[in-house]
Amino acid sequence: MTETSIPSRPAPSDALLDVRHLKKYFPIRGGVLSRVVTNVKAVDDVSFSIRRGEVVGLVGESGSGKTTVGRTILRLGEPTSGTIDFDGADISKLSKPAMRRYRKRMQIVFQDPYASLNPREKIRTVLGHALAVHNIGTSADREDRIVAMLEQVGLSGDYLDRFPHEFSGGQRQRIGIARALAVEPDFIVADEPVSALDVSIQAQVVNLLEDLKDKFSLTMLFIAHDLAVVEHISDRVIVMYLGRIMEIAPTRTLYRNPNHPYTKALLSAVPNPDITARKDRIILKGDIPSPINPPSGCVFRTRCPMAIADCAKIVPVPVEVSPGHFSACIRTAPQPSYGQLAAQDMP
Amino acid sequence: MSDAFASSSTARTNEPPLLEVEDLQTSFIVGEGQDVRAVDGVSFVVKGGETLAIVGESGSGKSVTSLSIMRLLPKKIGRISRGTIRLRGKDLVSLPEGEMRAIRGNDIGMIFQEPMTSLNPVHTIGTQIAEVVMQHSKLGKKAAHQRAIEMLELVGIPEPVRRASQYPHEMSGGMRQRAMIAMALSCEPSVLIADEPTTALDVTIQAQILDLMRNLQAKMGMAIVFITHDLGVVAEMADRVVVMYAGQVVETGTVAEIFTKPLMPYTSGLMQSIPRMGEYEEKTRLQTIPGYVPLLTKLPGGCRFRTRCAFAEERCAAAEPPLEVLDSGRSVRCVRWRELDLKTKATA
Repeated sequence: MTETSIPSRPAPSDALLDVRHLKKYFPIRGGVLSRVVTNVKAVDDVSFSIRRGEVVGLVGESGSGKTTVGRTILRLGEPTSGTIDFDGADISKLSKPAMRRYRKRMQIVFQDPYASLNPREKIRTVLGHALAVHNIGTSADREDRIVAMLEQVGLSGDYLDRFPHEFSGGQRQRIGIARALAVEPDFIVADEPVSALDVSIQAQVVNLLEDLKDKFSLTMLFIAHDLAVVEHISDRVIVMYLGRIMEIAPTRTLYRNPNHPYTKALLSAVPNPDITARKDRIILKGDIPSPINPPSGCVFRTRCPMAIADCAKIVPVPVEVSPGHFSACIRTAPQPSYGQLAAQDMP
Repeated sequence: MSDAFASSSTARTNEPPLLEVEDLQTSFIVGEGQDVRAVDGVSFVVKGGETLAIVGESGSGKSVTSLSIMRLLPKKIGRISRGTIRLRGKDLVSLPEGEMRAIRGNDIGMIFQEPMTSLNPVHTIGTQIAEVVMQHSKLGKKAAHQRAIEMLELVGIPEPVRRASQYPHEMSGGMRQRAMIAMALSCEPSVLIADEPTTALDVTIQAQILDLMRNLQAKMGMAIVFITHDLGVVAEMADRVVVMYAGQVVETGTVAEIFTKPLMPYTSGLMQSIPRMGEYEEKTRLQTIPGYVPLLTKLPGGCRFRTRCAFAEERCAAAEPPLEVLDSGRSVRCVRWRELDLKTKATA
């Protein structure tokens, strides 16, 4: 399988989003002149693509860069370098006005619906704004659209004149979803959309997202730290650690047959609600290093149970270990040619 | 080391249980003299050396229960309005604050979800642990500091001498939680109350902390009251489980009983609504519990869960079902439990 280590990208018409060599560095300034002392490499050379109608899960722990990836591809932060092709056009360098017509097509659902809804605005206004900004509908039929959207997310049109605080967490997340979908986007970034919700409510919102995805043929990047929720909703999954992609695979492959030592440890760390399940656990030593000063070579090597001396020298590139399954590890996914490759294209 | 196991055989020796909460009612003033009962008639027993998980969603009253045991309720608005909390038979509810202070830390330790809020930002970790040690023992400053370093080592903090001189903000979330555990266990309490201790941590760090807590329990023998919303954590940590809903206990049992044969529809609803890893052949829909947890000010009459319950009947609205104690020692609050055959998984 490793012969095909330079996989072809999906046909252009297939991929809605194609991200290549994306980097996002945050400068850290210091000294009296506020010079850039160093960079936090929040996202460091990340490539992936998302096919139309696909749900790709993006998992990682603190400092993995998963949220930065989501925000950067929506151009809510400027990429340091790399390209972001959306529907065939590179949007990574578009000016703000030029970006506007893409904004309607790319929307985000946030973790905390309370922090992302203006507490002084009635639901009518919150959702009306989204439509007005993008010149959707006449002011007369906007209200009909808003009511229809509320009903789509399982809320009643009677809620139009209520304020965000009058809703429960689950209901507020439904409003956040309604707002994102009101402008009829093609692509949604859902950034930890159910993390703040109680389990019984979380299931409702996951089901709602799945229904809406089908109904509106959405393409979705689902960012979360909860591996069980991601397995449930995603077609493929990307695992990140300290700004880099460790592994990408179709969901079932990743969960049943993970290749990367980090993915294995991550999956085994999840507390299992099945009391009869085996409990041989890989417990990683130490803390996640600071992204200000990540380890050389493989960023995971300081906690990796399989690390060898070479891991400090070589930045592993993602290698295809089975069809559509890529892993960046010199131990488990032998590199085609040690050290000489630039990061290769990944699906 | 502690003699916490001594009280685990209460049936034979007639010794009082280690910790016994009986008919606890905790009320909060929510404005204009209106009281809301965040905890309403909660009873359970914690045996020496065991791990009892209290599981529930927001507003279930699980955290208020733990704050009531510690007598750490917000002073002007919260109070224990009924019931008893006994530690080895001694009632804590009526204890003067001075004596209660001696019990906190010494007999009952507590750790919280976010250690940053419970650690003092202006003192070093070593000083803070030493202070707790000095308050509860006759050790001098130097010996107490030495004890602090030993505790940091015990909880797996590397370079404990250097770490003891650091401030909380210089530590990662996982290290802070370890430091918090070191402080809570420094006087070898017989009960450790852990309120969502791993909820704010990354999953690989959570695995470390859960492993640490199990090891420390094996070493020191304390009982753990583990408060959490995470059924996965419950399955891994608990010997026995208390399920709470809207301020009440709705079901209790051993971890095996609760996870294989829940008796209360709410418990089985929770079990079915969690996505489980690696169990899906095909994409299945998650089971949901419809609706929302009722506000404590707007509880439905009768069973508090009935408005969301798939099995609710007319009689469920007629009166609040009592918590029925079964011969096996389990208990359940549901008038229909005998006739229901509840599932634990959505995939059936």
